[in-house]
Amino acid sequence: MNAHPDHHIIVAPNEDSIAKGETLMEVKNVSLAFGGVKAITDISFDVRKGEIRAIIGPNGAGKTSMLNVINGFYTPQIGTITFRGQERRAMKPHHAVRQGIARTFQNVALFKGMSTLDNIMAGRSVLMKRSIGWQMLWHGPALAEEIEHREKVEEIIDFLEIEHIRRTPVGKLPYGLQKRVELGRALAMEPSLLLLDEPMAGMNLEEKEDMSRFILDVNQQRGTTIALIEHDMGVVMDLSDRVVVLDYGKKIADGPPDEVKNNQAVIDAYLGVPH
Amino acid sequence: MAEAQTLPDTFPKYLLRNAEMFGTRPAMRHKDRGIWQSWTWSRQRDEIRDFATGLATLGLRHGDKVAIIGANRPKLYWAVCAVQSLSGVPVPVYADAVADELAYVLSHADVRFAVVQDQEQVDKLNSFADRLTSLRAVIYDEPRGLADYDKRALHDFEDVQEMGRRAQMADRQAAARWEETIRNGSGEDVSIMLYTSGTTGRSKGVMLKAKNAVKAAQDTVIFDRLTEKDSVLAYLPLAWVGDHYLNYAQGYVSGFTMACPESSQTVAQDLRELAPTFYFAPPRVFEGLLTSITIRMEDAGKLKRRIYRHYIEVARKYGEAILEGRDVPALARASYAMGEILVYGPLKNVLGLSNIRVAYTAGEAIGSDLFSFFRALGVNLKQLYGQTEAFLYVTCQKDGEVRSDTVGPPAPNVDIRISEDGEVQFRSPGMFSGYYLEDEKTAETMTPDGYVKTGDAGFFDTDGQLKIIDRAKDVGKLSSGALFAPKYLENMLKFFPNIKEAVAFGDGREFATAFINIDLQAVGNWAERNNIAYASYQELAGHPLVYKMIAENVEETNRRLSEEPMMAAAQIRRFLILHKELDADDGELTRTQKVRRAFVADRYAPLIEALYDGSQVRFVETEVTYEDGRKGRISANVKIVDAPVFGPVQPVREAAE
Repeated sequence: MNAHPDHHIIVAPNEDSIAKGETLMEVKNVSLAFGGVKAITDISFDVRKGEIRAIIGPNGAGKTSMLNVINGFYTPQIGTITFRGQERRAMKPHHAVRQGIARTFQNVALFKGMSTLDNIMAGRSVLMKRSIGWQMLWHGPALAEEIEHREKVEEIIDFLEIEHIRRTPVGKLPYGLQKRVELGRALAMEPSLLLLDEPMAGMNLEEKEDMSRFILDVNQQRGTTIALIEHDMGVVMDLSDRVVVLDYGKKIADGPPDEVKNNQAVIDAYLGVPH
Repeated sequence: MAEAQTLPDTFPKYLLRNAEMFGTRPAMRHKDRGIWQSWTWSRQRDEIRDFATGLATLGLRHGDKVAIIGANRPKLYWAVCAVQSLSGVPVPVYADAVADELAYVLSHADVRFAVVQDQEQVDKLNSFADRLTSLRAVIYDEPRGLADYDKRALHDFEDVQEMGRRAQMADRQAAARWEETIRNGSGEDVSIMLYTSGTTGRSKGVMLKAKNAVKAAQDTVIFDRLTEKDSVLAYLPLAWVGDHYLNYAQGYVSGFTMACPESSQTVAQDLRELAPTFYFAPPRVFEGLLTSITIRMEDAGKLKRRIYRHYIEVARKYGEAILEGRDVPALARASYAMGEILVYGPLKNVLGLSNIRVAYTAGEAIGSDLFSFFRALGVNLKQLYGQTEAFLYVTCQKDGEVRSDTVGPPAPNVDIRISEDGEVQFRSPGMFSGYYLEDEKTAETMTPDGYVKTGDAGFFDTDGQLKIIDRAKDVGKLSSGALFAPKYLENMLKFFPNIKEAVAFGDGREFATAFINIDLQAVGNWAERNNIAYASYQELAGHPLVYKMIAENVEETNRRLSEEPMMAAAQIRRFLILHKELDADDGELTRTQKVRRAFVADRYAPLIEALYDGSQVRFVETEVTYEDGRKGRISANVKIVDAPVFGPVQPVREAAE
């Protein structure tokens, strides 16, 4: 270890009893149906602390549904989700946030008229403790708290190298930068599990390279556990430690990238099989 | 003379003096995490002392070369002074240099240590570690991404400072001894080694002695009356003589405040926040500013546009006269004052030029319209002419005696003469002591009586100001025997906002021709306003309407050339618009963004051939290097267009037998 504390590391990853490599979240026999449509059927997998876990699959395989289940947006009809040893089934997204799960969206979901800084500050709101009365006064403790949060946000801005767009309204930014701001907002929540829904969708090669770099840095330097959905196979195979493959709502493979890549079922699902 | 005796002759000596004289005044600012952090001169001395003692612990010895690679950051500037304080030699290197260029410089300079900004630079060094046989240790500023690297010969800047502090703790005399070392330091030692940007071939290491460097800075600090109350923003490449001289050397001598930008992309915002008093920018920066002002004003509302046009016109008429303190009618003065409130003041504020006392531009010729625009706004913009070998200043313009087409009279204590073949030669206080390990090249550059050959062709105008025409070796002749000065043509072309870069050909040929690079910002904006769709630079460059527009620019250039007897024969008969932007990564420009003419001529030989064989279109394929070092190819059919020629062009003479 380095003798002195690394002054660029931002937030300590949530200090808790779970050691690196142990199970952080476990999805067990989860099924989700919308009326007669079965989106997810009997899926089980786990996410270990400190890893980058990818969920892949062809269009309509149930990836985003799976993410929505983890994040509490959907409640599965069958099965359980255990997060940090706590079992749950029904939950609201804001509970997930309190527990330390943050996410980004497939289509950027930022406040377009607000600046980069304000958008990322919004990510801190869940961590602000002062009552609305204090917030309205905006002096004394509330101000002190605001300053403290602003410092954390500046660290994220530095980390993601977006100093130059600090004051720019997000709606004016190119798509690749908007994605980066969205990642920043998710990071501002100091999550112990970060869910990324297609972080590279619609990006050019250079933007993809940048984003990959940031995802790796978030994982390595902040120790954040990441679960991501991605279409770009090259990216997935390079980034992730383990991959879950879904097809028609079912799990067809689970393992390290190399193993998954050579799995016949996966190849069939992606390339199709002659009927 | 008694006073001269007591003036320091090295920069570390100035550090100690400043820490005493201006101990509580800011020496350095850096925007970090959104807040401007300041270091006073006494804190800066402590930071440098800790780092220097740490370096000594790592084994830095007298005369060791230390590479400094990165953007403008306080720690890298401190590293420069720390190395100098131990009588080592800092060697700043261009941070955006590709691995191969970097490898050449570092192995040529035989560096023993490298102080670098971040992981990117560490990776670059690692990629050619086998060529750096003398390299003992690498020290980095930003630890990000370096956690898992082998740390045996890799240190965090702050760890080295910590080592220094521990050494000072263990030995109470260490700090005093460090100051003693500085006081005993000799002005005869090499203060810094700056590698030339390599406009002509491999870059050479220019050695500058401390006492010369200090003397040069003392002269210009007096010339421009710089004091500890001034401030600058250091945003130009660390390895360039201009940055080292204007910010570091002048900063230490005068004690002013140097600020480092938050990142290279925030320079404009940082400038606005700081509003420095001394400013340097190459002409293309001013050009960029004017282009963006013009574009934004075109998008503004009608009323604003009218106000802007009216007062810019007022400024054009009276601004420069007011700046130079000449007589101006009272009514005009009142109108200008109103303009200051409504237009000039806010404009300068947005550009960060509100507090400018002295601003310089150099490196390239600047268009008179562009130059006057900023002067008319009340910015005291002047020109200087300099070289790495001179430690910058050869000539500079005095306040109030400023022209756009000359570079000024000799700088203080500089002696200039024009050789018989028209080359500018000088002797100056800051003159270099030689190229590192290249005595032959040194001898080639110096005249027997101690003048430095600049390689530039020029002459003194009637008022004693120097006028530079071109690189001496580039000035050629058309086959008719008429003078052909490519740079002169290129500059005239480049003064059109739509033309970013031009390369003229004609030496030994029947007539002059040119490659044109369009300015993507200006032409792109024009395309947008005229509903012209394009998907790439290449497509825009080849668009018939763009060709038409550029053809008008070339025609105008020819008309102006026809009015100058010496240049009239060199009107541009044919031109083409290049399908790609000339780029330093492809070797077409130097790191200071100057065209490498010979290289371009070689690379695009088929296009030059097409310019002279009468063809209308030519297919060309070129290799390009991406920022990450990978290579690709782009190809295009480039159109070649004839341009009209004006006036009394001398008939082409028969070759004399």
